[in-house]
Amino acid sequence: MDAEAAKLIGAGITAIGMGLAAMGVGNIFGSFLSGALRNPSAADSQFTRAFIGAALAEGLGIFAFVVALILIFVA
Amino acid sequence: MASGPSGGIDPIHQFAITRLGPSVSLFGNDISLTNASFFMIVVLGLAYLLMIYGTRQRAIVPGRLQSAAESVYELVHSTVASTMGQEGMKFLPLVFSLFIFVLLCNLVGLIPGAYTVTSQIVVTFALALLVISVVIIYGIAKHGLHFFGLFAPSGVPKALLPFIVLIEVISFLSRPISLAMRLFANMLAGHIALKVFAGFIVTLSAAGAWVAIAPLPLIMIVALYALELLVACLQAFVFAVLTCIYLNDALHPGH
Repeated sequence: MDAEAAKLIGAGITAIGMGLAAMGVGNIFGSFLSGALRNPSAADSQFTRAFIGAALAEGLGIFAFVVALILIFVA
Repeated sequence: MASGPSGGIDPIHQFAITRLGPSVSLFGNDISLTNASFFMIVVLGLAYLLMIYGTRQRAIVPGRLQSAAESVYELVHSTVASTMGQEGMKFLPLVFSLFIFVLLCNLVGLIPGAYTVTSQIVVTFALALLVISVVIIYGIAKHGLHFFGLFAPSGVPKALLPFIVLIEVISFLSRPISLAMRLFANMLAGHIALKVFAGFIVTLSAAGAWVAIAPLPLIMIVALYALELLVACLQAFVFAVLTCIYLNDALHPGH
């Protein structure tokens, strides 16, 4: 296989990683919402934690994005 | 926006650094004024004006500018207080400066034609290195060798301890990288997405009858722009919150 083609295929495959991170972020906010609807009075105090969890999960998806960028522009 | 090497529209062109004034060099390094450094100065000026003019009147019933300055301060103050406690108040100036700098960089970058300073990884990585250096230096200065207890959680079985320590060290070392990457990649990806959809309008307008659906990407840009506004504020907040959490490790290293 052509090396250039392999790079582009690899960059495309990293999109799977980003999709999985999207599932993680969706899971965090989904769980936060279902918890918040059960006990709305406790929701405000856990809002920051939901964002921290989302930021950490999102960071892993962003590593996949960076791999794609490196494959396209650097490697 | 300029055309790329393949004849299409190049969404990366917006991140190009161009020199604005004459070339200045110091000790062999190019330190001339570029669009990136110019917008960094603009951001600092805006932060200065917001805080100076926002807090000058000190009215009981705040005006719009004073409310903006006060609510930003309140947000950072409550975040610092809830993650680090009263002990962490000495880090409030650091966290507040980081928050307002990142927030204004992100927001100024959203103005069409302006340069997004935080889309350069060197800027975000410098900020992340500053945070981690403060954590390490303050942690060792305050707790000495006890600071390294951060890597050995209490209550772990002896057999597992080497692996846990290894994982904790790797997770600690990846913190500055992930802190820098998160902000950089969010800004980069958002601005690329905006330019890609803007490119669709140009391509469709040049494609004969397809011009009829050219407004669709325009609507998409408006929606994406709203999302980017949210992301700009959210990422600044996340940067500040994670800074607080990492600083909390320096304050209370035991698990």
